[in-house]
Amino acid sequence: MHVEDKFTAETWPAAPEKQTLEGKNKFLGFWLFLGGETVLFASLFATYLALKDKVPNAEHTLAKDLFELPIVFVATMLLLTSSLTSVYAMYHMKNFNFKKMQLWLGLTVLLGFAFLLLEIYEFNHYVHEYHHTFTSSAFGSAFYTLVGFHGGHVAFGLLWIVTLMVRNAKRGLDLYNAPKFYVASLYWHFIDVVWVFIFTVVYLMGMVG
Amino acid sequence: MASEQTHSGNPKVDIEYRKKKSAEEMRYQIVSFSMMIFLTLVAFIAVGYGDFSAWFIVPFILLLAIVQVVFQLYYFMHMSHKGHEAPALFLYSGLLVGLITILTFMTIIWW
Amino acid sequence: MSTYAQKKGFGATVWDYLTTVDHKKIAILYLIAGGLFFVLGGLEAMFIRIQLAVPNNDFVSAGLYNEILTMHGTTMIFLAAMPLLFAFMNAIMPLQIGARDVAFPFVNALGFWLFFFGGIFLNLSWFLGGAPDAGWTSYASLSMASEGHGIDFYALGLQISGAGTLMGGINFLVTIINMRAPGMTYMRMPLFTWSTFVASALILFAFPPLTVGLFLLIFDRMFGSNFFDVANGGNTVIWEHLFWIFGHPEVYILVLPAFGIFSEIFATFSRKRLFGYSSMVFATVLIGFLGFMVWAHHMFTTGLGPIANAIFAVATMAIAVPTGIKIFNWLFTMWGGSIKFTTPMLYAVAFIPSFVGGGVTGVMLASAAADYQYHDSYFVVAHFHYVIVGGVVFGLLAATHFYWPKMFGTMLNETLGKITFWLFLIGFHLTFFIQHFLGLMGMPRRIFTFLPNQGLDAGNLISTVGAFFMAIATLILLYNIVVTSVKNEKVGNDPWEDGRTLEWAIPSPPPFYNFKQLPLVRGLDPLWIEKMEGKKTMTPAEPLGDIHMPNNSFTPFMISLGLFVAAFGALYREDYHWGVMVLIAGLGITLLSMFVRSVKDDHGFHIHKEDLLNDDDKGGKA
Repeated sequence: MHVEDKFTAETWPAAPEKQTLEGKNKFLGFWLFLGGETVLFASLFATYLALKDKVPNAEHTLAKDLFELPIVFVATMLLLTSSLTSVYAMYHMKNFNFKKMQLWLGLTVLLGFAFLLLEIYEFNHYVHEYHHTFTSSAFGSAFYTLVGFHGGHVAFGLLWIVTLMVRNAKRGLDLYNAPKFYVASLYWHFIDVVWVFIFTVVYLMGMVG
Repeated sequence: MASEQTHSGNPKVDIEYRKKKSAEEMRYQIVSFSMMIFLTLVAFIAVGYGDFSAWFIVPFILLLAIVQVVFQLYYFMHMSHKGHEAPALFLYSGLLVGLITILTFMTIIWW
Repeated sequence: MSTYAQKKGFGATVWDYLTTVDHKKIAILYLIAGGLFFVLGGLEAMFIRIQLAVPNNDFVSAGLYNEILTMHGTTMIFLAAMPLLFAFMNAIMPLQIGARDVAFPFVNALGFWLFFFGGIFLNLSWFLGGAPDAGWTSYASLSMASEGHGIDFYALGLQISGAGTLMGGINFLVTIINMRAPGMTYMRMPLFTWSTFVASALILFAFPPLTVGLFLLIFDRMFGSNFFDVANGGNTVIWEHLFWIFGHPEVYILVLPAFGIFSEIFATFSRKRLFGYSSMVFATVLIGFLGFMVWAHHMFTTGLGPIANAIFAVATMAIAVPTGIKIFNWLFTMWGGSIKFTTPMLYAVAFIPSFVGGGVTGVMLASAAADYQYHDSYFVVAHFHYVIVGGVVFGLLAATHFYWPKMFGTMLNETLGKITFWLFLIGFHLTFFIQHFLGLMGMPRRIFTFLPNQGLDAGNLISTVGAFFMAIATLILLYNIVVTSVKNEKVGNDPWEDGRTLEWAIPSPPPFYNFKQLPLVRGLDPLWIEKMEGKKTMTPAEPLGDIHMPNNSFTPFMISLGLFVAAFGALYREDYHWGVMVLIAGLGITLLSMFVRSVKDDHGFHIHKEDLLNDDDKGGKA
């Protein structure tokens, strides 16, 4: 089975992402990378927790006065839904339905983009309403670094998925690009996993005080 | 190699079988998604309601987050499928290192 | 597709190495670059010892001394020891498991170029306003106060080369999990492969905390954040933790592969199966696991409190158990063996008492209460040089002699090798043994000079004399490399005649596809098994067929170059208005190169069966 072979829905293998050695390697290598990313984000969470509400004086806003539930809730819903749409995309990838896969990936990108816009709005809001900036306090530095690293991952994921969609728009699915789509979707889910902890640990626990 | 994937040798039958299996799996995905949304809602409401003590809410919403992430990992990221032994080993090792890091940062950085 | 057989001009060779994705060529790149940085770090060490040879010396100024000392440690750990180990991992590990290449040849090349550009960037600090001067640990309280750009060079350079190391680690892990030859089960893997596996796993989990720590340092120094600024709520202990969560596993990342190398050498030259193979594997994994639980023993005097200190002290002492298992297994491997004292074997034998010395002082340092006395004294300097030089550098020198014929197809001169060994061994103990006592007598580490008649004069002079022995040994090694390369007497598959593992079953150097047919592995030490049955070669596990190989690529170089440029932009962002533009341009080059890699299909090429058959005419010595 060669990477460039043309397939039909009948001949398409059940696990196209692991059909070639390159695919198998990519699959495993990416999972290992996610293991490393887990430590990376854990270090950022640890730093944030150590510096939470550490501000130079009483004029600085603390977490419990800063965050607002509605905006975080909307952001969470956007990202959770984008996780579902990318599951749909992989469902169609396994069924060799390229058009529908592209459609669902497109939706994923839109939702991710909306999330990113909302995050930019939110940061802007904190900076102008509360003077809570990257340089104003250790709390601010830790907050923007943790949430910003996640946002950076989202932005990179968007670029990645769009590149894949555009590059493969004309040629459809084969065993060369199936692992690429699969791995990109794993990455997207991982971003969501991190967000679940961000909204819980940073926002909800921040509001509880 | 293609024959490894098929179960009866008849591609028409196999594709029906596989489509059915994927569709069934997709139903599980929807159920997981609904659960995740539900858990998120519960967490937000618990915090938004504001009357519970922090000693209750913090462990509670952390638990909800962990359950939700398990759904995400095992259903959305297919860790329940076989062939994920090495990924699971390395993910959990990373998690262990990460949790120890968080634990120390919360206990022995107190200045 | 038989371009590999042609003689090439100099330009073509350079281009070949700039674009190569072949693990054996990348190994040579690591060896050359790591060797250069080793010499550089060695020169810095000599300057340190010359300055400290006599009391009140003014060979270098106090400020310059701080820079030399910082760069010595940083260079030796990040730019010499690790890349040199990566050289042998790259050259040998895929051969040991019977693979044609690593899992990600492209990423392998990328990892090398990132390391290389990071190392160059760090060392350019010498010419651009001064090197980092806060010690290799670069504690935030000190590094935040450091003026000039030295620390910025440190943070950005290590960030770039660290990314390369992380990629290398993932690559080795996937290679070992996915690419083993038929019959090569986990419990048949040679110890060097096992230790590469565990060290790579440690890299995977230890480098992200360093990445985060370096980012915090970069943000604080160049982008105005407050992580370590106590006045704004920051906390410098965060750096200490992040650094040592990385830094302690780093010690095992260095020493485990050295253990692996010695395990191969002991078995080979005792001409006996490694004693207690499975307990060796177990001990390796256990050391890797415990390596993550002990980092705070570097911070006993920080004031973590008695409970934390006690926990970390006990965990640290526990590591002596698996290490002891290993020491005994090596001794029992030699026991009753028919030992050949070749140069690699001499290093291996000398390693045992030297490393045990470092281990014993390690247990002394692990007692938190006693550590208050040893802390920041020359006792610590002596301890970690016994571990790193007695363990890692001996391992690297042994591997250089042992694997040289496999990598380059010619032996290093044994007589010169033995001279190098004796000079180095004597020099090493002369330099560092006395430092234990200097430390106990109260000499603090990292001081640039000392007063006469305080009982430190003779010890420091002896130490400096020892350092010259090591320098001469290194020069003889370089001379050895030059003369044997010029002579270039070709050797066969198994130049040591006692090879046990798969790498000795194929030509030296191996053809670029390694194995014409993948070998069938029937047990531990597969080649030895075949030899015992009177065969010279491995039984193939597959018929002769086309071999799929990856294409060369210049993209790894470009991706790394982009980050190198971007680092200058970040560094000079606040000094010059062009800083931001350079930062963006550099990141642009990197992202664009990644984009090109993503968009351009790379299916590799096939070597056809007929070409492989033709190769036979040249006696299989392609």
